[in-house]
Amino acid sequence: MSDTTLTTPVEPKPRSVSRAIWAILPLILLAGVIVLFVSGGTIAPTTAKLPPIEELSISKVLLPAPDQMIVHVTNSGPQPVTIAQVIIDDAYWTFSVEPNNEIQRLASATIKVPYPWIEGEAHTVSLITSTGAQFIASVPVALETPAIDFKTFLNFALIGLYVGIVPVGLGMMWHPFMRGLKRRTLDAILALTIGLLVFLLIETASDGIGIANRIPGTFRGLILFSAGGLLSYLLIQIISSRKRSKKDEASNRLNVSRLLATGIGLHNLAEGLAVGAAYASGAAALGAFLVIGFILHNVTEGIGIAAPVAEDQPPLKTFLILAGLAGLPAILGAWIGGFIYSDIAAAIFLGVGTGAIVQVIVEVGKMLMRHAQRDNASVTSWRNAIGFTLGLGIMYATALLVAV
Amino acid sequence: VLGAASLISIASQPAKDQPTPPTHTDHADGHGGNLMVGDVDPNNINHFDPTAMLTDWDYGKVSQMPNGQTLREFEIFAGEKEIEIAPGILFPAWTYNGRVPGPTLRATEGDHIRIHFTNGTGHPHSMHFHGFHLPQMDGLIPVPSGQDFIYGFDAVPFGLHLYHCHTLPLKRHIHKGLYGGFLIDPKVGREPAHELFMMMNAFDTNFDSANDVYAVNTVGFHYQRHPIQIKVNELIRMYVVNITEFDPINSFHLHANFFDVYRTGTRLTTNEYTDTIMLAQGERAILETRFKYPGQYMFHAHISEFAELGWMGMFEVSE
Repeated sequence: MSDTTLTTPVEPKPRSVSRAIWAILPLILLAGVIVLFVSGGTIAPTTAKLPPIEELSISKVLLPAPDQMIVHVTNSGPQPVTIAQVIIDDAYWTFSVEPNNEIQRLASATIKVPYPWIEGEAHTVSLITSTGAQFIASVPVALETPAIDFKTFLNFALIGLYVGIVPVGLGMMWHPFMRGLKRRTLDAILALTIGLLVFLLIETASDGIGIANRIPGTFRGLILFSAGGLLSYLLIQIISSRKRSKKDEASNRLNVSRLLATGIGLHNLAEGLAVGAAYASGAAALGAFLVIGFILHNVTEGIGIAAPVAEDQPPLKTFLILAGLAGLPAILGAWIGGFIYSDIAAAIFLGVGTGAIVQVIVEVGKMLMRHAQRDNASVTSWRNAIGFTLGLGIMYATALLVAV
Repeated sequence: VLGAASLISIASQPAKDQPTPPTHTDHADGHGGNLMVGDVDPNNINHFDPTAMLTDWDYGKVSQMPNGQTLREFEIFAGEKEIEIAPGILFPAWTYNGRVPGPTLRATEGDHIRIHFTNGTGHPHSMHFHGFHLPQMDGLIPVPSGQDFIYGFDAVPFGLHLYHCHTLPLKRHIHKGLYGGFLIDPKVGREPAHELFMMMNAFDTNFDSANDVYAVNTVGFHYQRHPIQIKVNELIRMYVVNITEFDPINSFHLHANFFDVYRTGTRLTTNEYTDTIMLAQGERAILETRFKYPGQYMFHAHISEFAELGWMGMFEVSE
């Protein structure tokens, strides 16, 4: 025995004490290197005489009262920035900064300016730093920012209601009608649902990428958006596959409807967010025409959700839950958009919505393929192709009514 | 049905017709919130004070030439210096004798002027004087970094002139601070008065060829925060020079009063009696007035943009 151990040398396992040292040593050296660099000397030749790099991002300009302007700003650059003066519309104006004129790296500040802004007109805010650099934001149409009180809370809920529950619920009321249809027609409706989802996917993803791109580089908006998408896809995949493995075909169909409601719900959250933010910032006046547009646009979503369970007869309670899943997030979105909107949160939300929609497209697609196998037919039939095109077409046409 | 009614209320909410009440920051001095926050302590960074600059005349080292002519010798040093042009806003200036505007050189018609100019910056600079002189004294030849040059000429004609760097690119060399007043008094003299030197200047802090701070004697809103002290009925003589870059013109407007204009100060007769005068880049004028009543009188560029970006001040007239 001892011979074999000699002839085939096995690397001795380091003892736990020395292992611990090897775990800690790189950290100690890392700290040492950082101290060395921070204390100067080492990289002084490369940084000497470089002008300070300043980067401020103005995230919001609020107009809470007739004589008040509030500017939210984040230091997205590598060094502290000091706000020396504020210029509004080419005029220096008195102001105060909370917590401090000097904004540390990645820290935020709130600037209050008692400026007599004019309703319905455009204004330009310029923050001038101690080095004379300027950071500019514009208010395209000055409107009083809605206060967080019960009335506006209710108003935003109403916006969410019209964007979400109402059209989705109306669309689902086609369920009894669909039950009488032939299987192939039902499959075409599922294909229509995929067309609708593809439309939502493109819309959600392009909005998300657009917002991600205007987030200051330091916060890496595209990563936040993509991570939101991938993680939501993964999460929904895990949950739905666990459910599917246990149950029969009918509950699988209901499961697809639930997923559809969830995915569409996340999209509607983002939609509520956009409408709420646009309304709060004065970029959109939510007139009757726009609301009618939203109802027509989102009615199709209800059809899509009801389509997988067209052969079944779920209780009313199930329909209410599905409508709630798909529609209620719009209210939440409108509140978030109206009161605490931030580009970073919006990029993540839109990423989550995008991932969920992709997942739902996969699920509905699988369902359609199972049906084709069952009927010994091809998925890519004319009927399905027409359904898909119709779904995309209806969404496109009704979207023309809701340009926010 | 309920929804439709509520929708209309949502739609009409932003359009409510409410007059904007007066701001609570309205001050008695009438400029409302249009001000810079804080003040510039002259002893902190600048080591020059716009209030002191109003009456700070540099007559040079005076001696007699063999031919009997008065000789005035000036030492001018071009340097690099960060200056505070508005509370908290630093500007990387080029300066004559550490200040912007440079010293106000003052002589009498016919004196001989000798300028010992040293360039202590990393860039070539020069001194170009308005007035009569030989072409080689015109300041078109840059004085390299670390070297010096002696400019010599007679002080003619009398009037209000200026000097500035004439090295290319001109806009940058001038607007970074290399300019100053050059005042030649007529031999016959002028009526004794409370004299004030005012250089209308501006600064492009982010170097986008547009000015961000406008001022008289460099610091934005300085005389708003520190009104110029005047006595009732005393003769006020303002030597106003415009060195604003980028904007073709600047102007001077006095509230509740009028003034006599002596354009370029080269004639002893007045050209005009007005309350607003326009000056192009490099133009200057002598303005004379008296205040009849005590109180605060505003003066500013009648180009509202310049006024609101710092070119606004006050006279405080007392018995």
